[in-house]
Amino acid sequence: MTGQFVRVAESGRPEIGFTLDGEALTALAGDTVLTAVLMQRRAVRRSEFGDGPRAGFCLMGACQDCWISDEGGRRFRACSTLVTEGMALVTLR
Amino acid sequence: MSAPIVVGAGPAGISAALTLVEAGLRPLVIDEAARAGGQIFRRPPPGFVRPPAKLYGADAGAGVRLHKAFDALGDRIDYRPDTLVWSIEPETIHLQGPAGRDRLDRGPLLLATGATDRLLPVEGWTKPGVFSLGGSQVALKAQGCAIGRRVVFCGTGPLLYLVAYQYAKAGAKVAAVLDTSKFADSVRALPLLAADPAKLVRGVYYLAWLRAHGVPIHYGVRPVSVHGEAVTGLTWRDAGRRLNETSCDAVAMGYGLRSETQLADLAGVPFRFDAGRRQYLPETDQDGRSPAAAVYLAGDGAAVRGAAAAETAGRLAALALLADLGHRVDTAERDALRARMNRFERFARGLDVAFPFPVDLLDGAADDTLLCRCEAVTVGTMRHAVADLGAEEVNRAKAFVRPGMGRCQGRMCGLAASELYARLRGLPLDQAGRLRGQAPVKPIPMA
Repeated sequence: MTGQFVRVAESGRPEIGFTLDGEALTALAGDTVLTAVLMQRRAVRRSEFGDGPRAGFCLMGACQDCWISDEGGRRFRACSTLVTEGMALVTLR
Repeated sequence: MSAPIVVGAGPAGISAALTLVEAGLRPLVIDEAARAGGQIFRRPPPGFVRPPAKLYGADAGAGVRLHKAFDALGDRIDYRPDTLVWSIEPETIHLQGPAGRDRLDRGPLLLATGATDRLLPVEGWTKPGVFSLGGSQVALKAQGCAIGRRVVFCGTGPLLYLVAYQYAKAGAKVAAVLDTSKFADSVRALPLLAADPAKLVRGVYYLAWLRAHGVPIHYGVRPVSVHGEAVTGLTWRDAGRRLNETSCDAVAMGYGLRSETQLADLAGVPFRFDAGRRQYLPETDQDGRSPAAAVYLAGDGAAVRGAAAAETAGRLAALALLADLGHRVDTAERDALRARMNRFERFARGLDVAFPFPVDLLDGAADDTLLCRCEAVTVGTMRHAVADLGAEEVNRAKAFVRPGMGRCQGRMCGLAASELYARLRGLPLDQAGRLRGQAPVKPIPMA
C-alpha cells in the first residue's frame, strides 16, 4: 500500500517498530504518529459524520482532525505525538 | 503580585520573555510545543540533522538567535512546554500539561498565540491528501516529508510561493501553483511592499525560481473541487473561467494567515474589525496593551505581520507591561520600536493588496460542500440557516446548525462561516459578527 507522505530528507534516523491495525510496521525515531501512519496509509481515521476518511489537516495541533487511538483505547492527536517503540495504533479498519 | 504569564513561545513570546527577564522578573512561559520557536522557527524532534539554513532559509539567522537566547534563559523563567492554556477566567488561568491539569493565579498576561492558515472550503477539502499550506510546511520542516508525490499549491499569499519553492528545492514534485490573486494585484501593491525591500526581493526570487524550474503558475484561479476518495486531482477555473484539471495526490491550501484570538476573547479583551485583514482582532494600543486590565498582545495573534514584526512587538508589549508595573522604560528605544512596527504594518497592508481574499469563492459552491470540518456542516445547511431560519448573525447560525461548534472551535471554518454569512445576506463582513471563543479552546481529557 502506498502512503500519503513521502520522505524527502532526514531518512538516516533509527527505526522504530509499531503496529497499525495489527500489522507490524516500522517508522523512524522522531516521526510523529501522523507521519508514521501516513507513510503507510492515506488516512488516519474516519469522520464521525459518515463523510469519509480523514488524514489530518493543519499539522500544528489546531484543527483536531487527526485524533487516533491505540489498542488500549488511549486517544491522542497524531500530529503532536511522537511514535514510540511498540505503539499499537488503530485507524479506520 | 503574581508573576507575568507569557502564552506562546514563538518570536513574540520569546522576545517578550527576554525583555521581562532583562527587567529582573521571572515570567511563566507557557507553550503548547515541546521546544520554543513557534511555527515559523519550529524545531524538529531530537535526531534530525538538517542545519537551520535548510529549515528556515533566509530567516535562519533570526531563528537560531531566538532559539539560543531562549534556551539560555534556563531557570530565570518558569517554562512550561507541552502545555495548553485551555481557559482564562478573571482570577485564574487553566492549564493542561504533561503532569495533567493545573490552575494558576492570574498575573499580567501577555498573549503571543500566533496564527494559523486562513481557509476557504472547496468541495472535497476534507479528503485525505488536502492539507493546510502551513501544515504542508510543517511536514517538510519538522518531519522531512512532503505531503504527497505530486503536490498542488492552491490559494494565495506569500506562503504559497515560499512553500512551493521549499518543496521543489527539497526534491518534491510541485504539480502547479494556483493563485486566486491576479498578477496585477501584486503590481498594485508595490508601493506598500517597498516598505520591506529585502522581503519583496525574496518574494520575487521564489517566483522567478519556480518559473525557471518549469513549475506551472496560474493567476486569477478559482478552485472548484478535489477528486478521489483520497486526492487524485483538482478541478479549477482559470482567469478566463475555463475548467482545468490537474492530477495530483496532495493539495496544500491557504489564503494567508488568521490571528489566533480565542484566549484574548476569554481574557475579556474587546475586539474591533480590521477591514484589511477581514477579521475581528483584539483591541490594543500601538504597544500591544489591551483595554482589559493587565492583558497585552504581541505577534501574529494580535495582527498578522510576520516573524520579524512579532519579535519587535513582543519586546514592545513587554515594555508596556513593565511600564504599567512601574518600571522605568527607555522611551527612545520604545519610539524606535514603534517606528519599526509602522514599517512592518505598511508591508503587511501591501500583502493584503497583493493577495486579496477571493470573496466570491463560495458563491458557486455546491450545497454539499463541507463548511465545518469537525461537525460536517455543509454550505447548503448554512444557506438554510440564513434563508429559512433567519439567523441574525453568525453566532445564531452556529446555535442553529453548529458550524464552528466542533473540536477546532471554529479555528478552521470560523472566518469562512462569517464570509459566507455576509455574502448570503449581502452585508459588509463586519456585520456578520464573529464566532466567540469558548473554553476549552482545545479538547482536554476528562479528569
